[in-house]
Amino acid sequence: MLRTASMIMIAGLLAATATPSAAESRKKPAKPVPAPLIAQACSGCHGQLGQGLKGTPRLSGYEKDAFARVWSEFRDNQRPAATIMPRIARGYSDTEVAVLANYFSSIRR
Amino acid sequence: MSDISRRNFGKFAIAGLSTLAAPSILQAKSGARLVIIGGGFGGASAARFARTNFPHIDVTVIEPQLTFVTCPYGNLLLAGARTLSDITHPYGVLKRRGVIFIHDWADAIEPDKKLVKLRSGKTVAYDKLIVSPGIGIKWGALPGYDQAAAQIFPHAWVPERGEQVLLLRKQLEALPDGGVVGFAIPGNPFRCPPGPYERISLVANYLKKHKPRAKILALDAKDAFSKQGLFQDAWNELYPGLIEWIPGSKDGKVVSIDTKEKVFQTEFGTRHKIDVGNVIPPQSAAKIAIDAGLTNETGFVPVNPYTFEATKAKDIHVIGDANIAGPMPKSGFIANSTSKQAVASAIALLEGREAPKDPIYFNTCYSHVGDDYGISVVGVFRPSEKGFVETPNSGGVSPRGPLAEKKTQRKLEAQYADAWYASITKDAFG
Ligand SMILES: Cc1cc2nc3c(=O)[nH]c(=O)nc-3n(C[C@H](O)[C@H](O)[C@H](O)COP(=O)(O)OP(=O)(O)OC[C@H]3O[C@@H](n4cnc5c(N)ncnc54)[C@H](O)[C@@H]3O)c2cc1C
Ligand code: HEC
Repeated sequence: MLRTASMIMIAGLLAATATPSAAESRKKPAKPVPAPLIAQACSGCHGQLGQGLKGTPRLSGYEKDAFARVWSEFRDNQRPAATIMPRIARGYSDTEVAVLANYFSSIRR
Repeated sequence: MSDISRRNFGKFAIAGLSTLAAPSILQAKSGARLVIIGGGFGGASAARFARTNFPHIDVTVIEPQLTFVTCPYGNLLLAGARTLSDITHPYGVLKRRGVIFIHDWADAIEPDKKLVKLRSGKTVAYDKLIVSPGIGIKWGALPGYDQAAAQIFPHAWVPERGEQVLLLRKQLEALPDGGVVGFAIPGNPFRCPPGPYERISLVANYLKKHKPRAKILALDAKDAFSKQGLFQDAWNELYPGLIEWIPGSKDGKVVSIDTKEKVFQTEFGTRHKIDVGNVIPPQSAAKIAIDAGLTNETGFVPVNPYTFEATKAKDIHVIGDANIAGPMPKSGFIANSTSKQAVASAIALLEGREAPKDPIYFNTCYSHVGDDYGISVVGVFRPSEKGFVETPNSGGVSPRGPLAEKKTQRKLEAQYADAWYASITKDAFG
């Protein structure tokens, strides 16, 4: 149970070659860590790897173009059912949105 | 299960915004010691993030408590909607992730020798120190309010083992119907700007159901507060006539506490008789930050907004409620969000690299104000040479409006607040 959870984290954040086990990762030096720091905040509501929980939608595996489209709809208040993302979306530049879209689309569902 | 596909990896690695570390350098300096004082929102988030992303670094947390009781969601305990175990988080998962815990108090820091002295007499050496000890209560700053008085009028504003929040709950249960629940609310800055008003709302929620003739008297040193319009709309709609909020300019500032007579006395001399009282006392950074000489005249710690290194000491990075980070609030989400930049910066600097560029610090504070009724405030912040800056045109509070119109929004926000709590506590302790 715990072991699986650790492996998910490591797989998601380290994103490199083979997935090390939790125990291995403690001994071995890190692989490159490409998860953008600006995506960290999203896990405060969407779960560690954007898997979604208790009603927040899944972000992992989100198709890149759709992500950008949804984001601009949030920014422009074109999603009337949204409770909070419009206020969040307006805080990020286009470059940052592209980085977020790249990152979340690359996480396998 | 979840995994990042290797095909896409290259694409986002070149995206330019700061990702984490470079592998060759990581290999060169193995076994560096990151020591963290405090295993609360800031400290636990820092430890988990460091273990997950920099597994070559030794991570040690110094924390006296064996489990962590969150202040967030403690107000729901007052309403009877959560138990102590719902808001208690063990450190077992972090320990199994390889974080070393020393359950002791840090009593002193020697920046020159890079040592932390523990209450037990032992010392712990560090290469980089993260300090996240939260707030300290300025005992005596409000005349009549000392540790003994807190057994009569609890503050329930620091986690400890949950004793204070349980005491307040017990007192509310024992309150006679028709009694007065008093709140003494301090001036800025203090931990969790919407916290007192969420607490007022949820105590009202309890009273309305169980002591319908009881009243709340909220005495505030300030004239304005976080999410004020939204809170007051909710009070009028959900708890009409139950809550009286008195701002500082109308004699709301409590200047002394009398536990014998059970009185809160305000600035212009009014003596308010209270049956159950919650005193949210004036605050500073926790004692260890003051004793280590990290604080300035405000009682909090000035830091570099890019790295969180204390202005007054090298290699000590201070996060969470102990630092000065206005206009960012003293919140669990900010402690969590900033912990990551602080850790990534501390390790980069240790290894001779630059701190990650262009960070974003993120906050959302949800508040429950009634059953199926949640509201929120969002802030997206960035560092600058002058301090922390809120990103223009972003953030802000939930839309106002009559409950009849906003019912779905309020209900969804209550549900998303629960998602936030589950998510953020997993990100820190899981
Ligand atoms: C009623 C209430 C409701 C709140 N609701 C929310 C909310 O909904 N959302 C939100 O984001 N925030 C909320 N907050 C704010 C949140 O609790 C704090 O902002 C957060 O806990 C700050 O994290 P921290 O790491 O600075 O301090 P803490 O989380 O308080 O952690 C500090 C830790 O350091 C330890 N410590 C202290 N001194 C020493 C020492 N000398 N040696 C070793 N260890 C030490 C303590 O034991 C403690 O475990 C709320 C606060 C309150 C009071
Ligand atoms: C405070 C909680 C919170 C945070 C933090 C947060 N989100 Fe959201 N997100 C939500 C909620 C709730 C929704 C559902 C829409 C709404 O109510 O606004 C949502 C919806 C979305 C959607 C639309 C998904 C769909 O198909 O409907 C995307 C995309 C998204 N979020 C991306 C992000 C990214 C990227 C971040 C980090 C920068 C982030 N979110 C941070 C709460 C949050």
